[in-house]
Amino acid sequence: MTALTGTGALLRLALRRDRIMLAAWILVFVVSAAGSAAATIDLYPDEQARVSAAVTTNSTPTLVALYGWVFDTHSLGAISLFKLTAFGSALVALFALLLVTRHTRAEEEAGRLELVGAAVVGRHAALAAAVLVAAGASVTLGLVTAVALIGVGLPAAGSFAFGSAWAALGIAFAGVAAVAAQLTTAARAANGIAAGVLGVAYLVRAVGDSAGTDGPTALSWFSPIGWAQQVRPYAGDRWWVLSLLIVFAVVTVAGAFALVARRDHGAGLLPDRPGPAGAAPALAGPLALAWRLHRGTVLGWTVAFALLGGVLGGMAGNVSGFLDSPRAKEFITRLGGQQGITDAFLAAEMSFIGVFVSAFGVQVAMRMRTEETSLRAEPLLATATSRLRFAMGHLAVALAGAVLLLTVAGLSAGLVHGASSDMGQLPRVLGAALVNLPAVLVLTGVVVAAFGLLPRFATAGWVALTAFVLLGQLGPILRLDQWVMDLSPFTHTPRLPGPALSVAPLLWLTAVAVLLFGVGLTAFRRRDITS
Amino acid sequence: MTTAIAVSGLVKTFGRTRALDGLDLTVTTGEVHGFLGPNGAGKSTTIRVLLGLLRADGGTAELLGGDPWADATTLHRRLAYVPGDVSLWPGLTGGEVIDLLGRLRGGLDRQRRADLLERFELDPRKKGRAYSKGNRQKVALVAALASDVELLILDEPSSGLDPLMESVFQECVAEEKRRGRTVLLSSHILAEVEALCDRVSIIRQGRTVETGTLGELRHLTRTAISAEVDTVPPQLAGLDHVHDLSVTGNRVRFDVDTAQLSAVLRLLTDGGLRGLTSQPPTLEELFLRHYSDDITDSGSQSDGSQNDGSQDDGTGGAPAGRSAEAEKAGAPR
Repeated sequence: MTALTGTGALLRLALRRDRIMLAAWILVFVVSAAGSAAATIDLYPDEQARVSAAVTTNSTPTLVALYGWVFDTHSLGAISLFKLTAFGSALVALFALLLVTRHTRAEEEAGRLELVGAAVVGRHAALAAAVLVAAGASVTLGLVTAVALIGVGLPAAGSFAFGSAWAALGIAFAGVAAVAAQLTTAARAANGIAAGVLGVAYLVRAVGDSAGTDGPTALSWFSPIGWAQQVRPYAGDRWWVLSLLIVFAVVTVAGAFALVARRDHGAGLLPDRPGPAGAAPALAGPLALAWRLHRGTVLGWTVAFALLGGVLGGMAGNVSGFLDSPRAKEFITRLGGQQGITDAFLAAEMSFIGVFVSAFGVQVAMRMRTEETSLRAEPLLATATSRLRFAMGHLAVALAGAVLLLTVAGLSAGLVHGASSDMGQLPRVLGAALVNLPAVLVLTGVVVAAFGLLPRFATAGWVALTAFVLLGQLGPILRLDQWVMDLSPFTHTPRLPGPALSVAPLLWLTAVAVLLFGVGLTAFRRRDITS
Repeated sequence: MTTAIAVSGLVKTFGRTRALDGLDLTVTTGEVHGFLGPNGAGKSTTIRVLLGLLRADGGTAELLGGDPWADATTLHRRLAYVPGDVSLWPGLTGGEVIDLLGRLRGGLDRQRRADLLERFELDPRKKGRAYSKGNRQKVALVAALASDVELLILDEPSSGLDPLMESVFQECVAEEKRRGRTVLLSSHILAEVEALCDRVSIIRQGRTVETGTLGELRHLTRTAISAEVDTVPPQLAGLDHVHDLSVTGNRVRFDVDTAQLSAVLRLLTDGGLRGLTSQPPTLEELFLRHYSDDITDSGSQSDGSQNDGSQDDGTGGAPAGRSAEAEKAGAPR
C-alpha cells in the first residue's frame, strides 16, 4: 500500500457527495460570466460608448482598486469582464479553497476521515483526492465558462485565456487551502486562514493597481490574483503569466504533502492554545452562550461591512461621471430610482447590502438547527433553559447583528460619500441601509418557521434567499409577472435614498416576519428535539 | 418512600417505528436504578421523553412529581443529565462548559467541581474540539455531579472511560447515593450495574421485560448443578423446573430454576448426596437471556414449549409479551 492508495475511491466519494453542489456552483459562475458579458454587449452597442466607459473606469480609483484595470479600452471582452477578472477569479478561488477544506480538515474534524483512513487508504489519499476535486472543478468551470463566453460572441482566444485565469487561480488557492488544512485542527480556522490569504492577495493587488504611476505598482505582481489579472484576457492574452499560478499551485500542494507527513491524524501544526479554566461570570445564560458562539461571525461581518460601505460610498460620487452613455443612465434610473443617478446607484448598492445582511441573518438563525443536529442543544435543553430562551438567544444575535451591520454599512458609506459631497448625505444613506431591516427579518423568519415546522428543511432560508435574489436579478429580464416578483421581500423594500418613503410595505414586511417568527417558535416548542 | 420517576405504558413512535411500546419504569427516590437493554431497545428514547425533549404518544410519565413535557424547565432545575454522546462547543473550554451548564441548572458546588476535576484528572483549559471521547464524557460528568440536584439521569455515562476512571465514576455515584440523590443509570457495563444499582429494569424493543433487585432477577434464572448421589432420584426427570438432565452412573448434571433450588436439593439429599457443585447464574447469562431474542426463540423451539415461531425480530411473540413463567420455560442456559 502506498501513501496514495485509495485516492480514486475517495475521489469518487467526494464527487458522489458533492455532485449537485459542484454542478450548481459551476453553473452560477458560468451564468454570471456569460450573463454579464451579454449584458455589457447590449449596454454599449457602439465602440465609442465602450471606449468612453472604459476610460472613465480606468480613471476612477475606487473602481480600479475594486476590480482592476481595463487593459485594453477598445476590447469588448476586456470591458465586459473587467469586473469578473480579479473579483470573479477570487470567488473561484474561494470556491476551490472551501472545497479542499471540506474534504480534508472538515472530514478529519468530524472523525469520518479516521473511519475511512482505517480502511485500505494511504495517508496522502484524502489530501490528494481533495486537491484533485478542487482542481478538476476549477478546470471544468474555466472550460465551460470559456465556451459560454465564445457562445455569447467574444473572441475564442481571449475567452480561453479568461477561463484559464479563473481555473489557475482556483487551483492555486486549492493549494493554499491544502496547506491551511494541515495547520489547524478546526475546519473553520483552516477556512479562515486560507480566506485570509485570499483577502490579503486581493488587497495587495488593489493597492498595486490603484497606485499612481509613481506609486508601488509592482505590488500587483506580488499577488496571485494580480497574476490572474495580468493574463490580460482579450487584451493581449499573455499565456505565460499562467505559469506563475501553476508554479504557485505546485509549490503549495507539495508543501501540504510535506506537512501532512509530519503531523498526526487529527492534529494540526499550530497548537491549540489552552483557554480559561472556568467561565467568565457573564457566560451564564442562553443569550450569553449564543453571543459567544456568534461573536466571531459578527465581528468579521462588521469589519467586512465597514469596508464594503466605504468602498460603495466612495464609488457613489463617481457614478454620474462613470455612466456617460445615455443608455446606461436610463438603465440605472430604471433599476434604482427617480432622483438622480447617484441616489439610484446608492439605492441599488444598499439593496445589495440588504441581501448580504439577510445572508447573515439566515446564517445565524441556521445555527439553532446546527446546535440541534450536533447534539449540543440537547444537554442545554435538559437544564432549566426553555426552548424559547434557547431560540431567542440565537435570534437576538441575528436581529441585533442585522441592525448593527446595516448601521455600520450605512454609516461607513454615508461618511465616505458625505466627505466628498456634503455631510447631509449621511442620514440619507444610513436610512437607505436601515430600510432593508424588514426584508432581512422576513428571510430570518423563513429559517425560524422552517426550523419549527420542518426542521430537516431549515436550509429553506438559503433557498429562499437565493430564489429572491435571482427573482430580483432575472425577473425584469425574463419579464416575469408582477405577482411572482412580489413574492420577494426585496421587491417591497422602498428604494432609498429616494423621493419619499412609503411606510406601508415596511409594516407589511414586518408583520410577515413577526408571523413567521411566531409560527416557527410555537412549532418548535411543540415538536420533538431530533438530530 | 416516594417515587422519583413513574412511567407507565409509555409509547413513542417515529414514523412506522415503534421505539417505545408500552414501557413501564419506576424509580424510587434515593435509589440507583439500572436501566438496561440492548442497543436500540429504547433506553435513550425513554430518557429523552423524561427530559421533555420528545413528546410521548401514549402512556403516562411523571418525573419528580411533575409532567416532564409541560413542567420541563422547572423540573430541570432539580436534575442533571449526562448524554451518551457528549458533543461540546469546539471553541469553549471544558471548564467553561462545566460552569455554563451548572449555572443553567441553577448552581454549582465550587468545591466539588475542583474536587471532581482532580479525581477525573481533567484539564479544564482545553478547548472542546481538543478533548477525546472519554474526556468529553468527563466534562459532562463533572458538570452533572457538581450540580446541586436531586436526580441524576446518566445515559451510558462511562462509555469511553478507562478502567481507572470507571472506578472513580463508581465511587462518585456511590457518594451521590449516600447523599440521598436518585440516579437513573443506563449502562452496558455489568460490573458497574452490579456494584451500583439497587434495582434494575431490563427493556427490550420498547417494553420492560424485567424489573427488580439483582437478587430477584437472579432468582428467575437457572443454577447449574453437578452432583454425585447413591441413587439417582427417578422423579428428577419428570420435573418441569429441571432442564438438560444427564445421568452418567451415579453422577447427575442438570440446570434448575433457581426459585426451585431447595426442592431439588431435598430430592438429591434423599438420594444420598455424596458430592455437589453448584454454579449460580452470572449476570451475563441474565442479560444475554434478555438481550438476545434468537437464543430465546431457538431454545424454546428445541424445547418444544410454547412459541409462535417468530425467528428474527420477534415482532409477534417477543418474550417481552410473555409471562415470567413462560419465559423461564423457554429460556436456555
